[in-house]
Amino acid sequence: MAETVKLLFSATRETVYMVAVSVLIASIFGIPLGVLLYSTDRGRILENSPLNKALGTIVNIFRSIPFVILLIMLIPFTRWLVGKSIGTTAAIVPLSVAAIPFMGRLTETALREVDRGVIEAAQAMGASPFQVITKVLIPEALPSIAAGITITAINLVGYSAMAGVIGGGGLGDLAVRYGYQRFMLDIMLYTVAILVVMVQLIQVLGDLVVKYLSKHR
Amino acid sequence: MIRIRNLTKVYTSASGTVKALDGINLDIEKGDIFGIIGLSGAGKSTLLRCINLLEKPTSGSIEIDGVEMTGLSPKELKEMRKKIGMIFQHFNLLSSRTVWGNVAFPLEIAGFDRKTINEKVENLLNLVGLSDKARSFPSQLSGGQKQRVGIARALACDPKVLLCDEATSALDPETTLSILKLLKDINEKLGITMVVVTHEMNVIKQICNKVAVIEKSRVVEQGTTFEIFSRPKTQTARNFLKSMFICEIPEELKAKIKALNGNLAEGRVVKIGFFGEITAKPILSEVVKKFGVNANILYGNIDNIQGTPFGTLVVQFEGKNGTADRALSYLQDIGLDVEVVEIG
Ligand SMILES: Nc1ncnc2c1ncn2[C@@H]1O[C@H](COP(=O)(O)OP(=O)(O)O)[C@@H](O)[C@H]1O
Ligand SMILES: [Mg+2]
Repeated sequence: MAETVKLLFSATRETVYMVAVSVLIASIFGIPLGVLLYSTDRGRILENSPLNKALGTIVNIFRSIPFVILLIMLIPFTRWLVGKSIGTTAAIVPLSVAAIPFMGRLTETALREVDRGVIEAAQAMGASPFQVITKVLIPEALPSIAAGITITAINLVGYSAMAGVIGGGGLGDLAVRYGYQRFMLDIMLYTVAILVVMVQLIQVLGDLVVKYLSKHR
Repeated sequence: MIRIRNLTKVYTSASGTVKALDGINLDIEKGDIFGIIGLSGAGKSTLLRCINLLEKPTSGSIEIDGVEMTGLSPKELKEMRKKIGMIFQHFNLLSSRTVWGNVAFPLEIAGFDRKTINEKVENLLNLVGLSDKARSFPSQLSGGQKQRVGIARALACDPKVLLCDEATSALDPETTLSILKLLKDINEKLGITMVVVTHEMNVIKQICNKVAVIEKSRVVEQGTTFEIFSRPKTQTARNFLKSMFICEIPEELKAKIKALNGNLAEGRVVKIGFFGEITAKPILSEVVKKFGVNANILYGNIDNIQGTPFGTLVVQFEGKNGTADRALSYLQDIGLDVEVVEIG
């Protein structure tokens, strides 16, 4: 029993680590990507059709590659970036690469919901495109962006289950190795239970943040 | 102050081109409250948005204080815009900021320091009567209060010009009056030139000293408010004046007219709309004498604008051998809006 607890504990820690760091990286790169996707679109503040089309195409390509395949395809890139291609830290690279375009699209959608009139009012006051982005677009879209981060985090919990393919560990890996390959059904069930609780927690926490941010709106 | 010459704006889209403005010429003097009135789709908003270059003119020139707007670099344009305030029909406030934050916004954009911003915001909220709402969010305000925030925000950088696009169209009549009064006070106190776009003649009547009537992308008539009210030249202007005095005939009167129409062999009940100089003449008594008809006033609705009466009368004419009809066409010929009231 103590052995099982230990296994579950370290697998949970690995999953939390992978998901947390990937969400962070996905937000750091994905939100600016979303801003670019949005603002270079037709009729927007930094309209730039070629750039918009190029970014859109790249995002779509990455989003259409199944994660398991991306995991393997990125092995050379991962090795170049973190010095190794196996392990929990290495798994963060493909997880982030998959989540950045996803977060980008969610951010783009969130920004599109900002009222054009408000953007126009800011421009009429002499705001630069940069000021429009930092003082109008992002603050106005913040609740939706927070909701987007929540969705990304939950998706990453799912993706992280495949990290075992490159030795990333985590709950999914534990379930496959012990539950499936060694027929230890109880471990399988425990991991599923922990994953369910984890997703619930992320959702509840995300909803709280969204609610706080949209107070009075 | 604002000089617009041969301004043209063409929108090009997949579905074709729309000429939203066609050779507009306007001169707006310092201190004017200049009204631009027209029906929906006439091009009013486009014209207003061309003034601060939110919309890029296709051709023509816009000069503000001698500065040609169409020739400015992006940086110069940003500086110029800080001196041109704008308010909107739907207020366009930032929902993420409090009232205070919204008014502070243009000052932050312009790079004022904290202390100056605090002082200015306080004064502005005082000016528009919202000091007690500083910590509220826009969603917690009424329409009139939101527009007051919009006005405070537009005045923050001490603009020389204030552009108003249907600023009262989303408000009830009472709130409209209070906002118009505020704008008028600001014009008088601070000497800010205002350009007021509206589809309501009442707004023009309340605050504008000059007005341009715009129809199908062109200015069809312009002059002082008094001139337009007293000598409207185009049908469009007349229609706008008429719309101010839509005379809804009361129900009990309708019943009475119905009875009259049944009884009168040779009579007419007519609605006469009149505005301008013509009302100074004793028209009814003239018609009575000239055509030998009887005129019986059933209902009236008269207003007075800058000393000239405007309004609607419902009159019953009686006369033999078609005299009533001749009297009516005479009234039409001298420029009154005459309409036979048919109820049945
Ligand atoms: N961004 C745009 N793209 C294409 N057509 C437009 C655009 N804005 C306005 N128009 C067209 O220009 C004309 C004038 O519009 P507008 O200036 O908004 O009129 P108003 O404010 O008097 O109601 C309308 O026919 C409208 O459909
Ligand atoms: Mg309009």
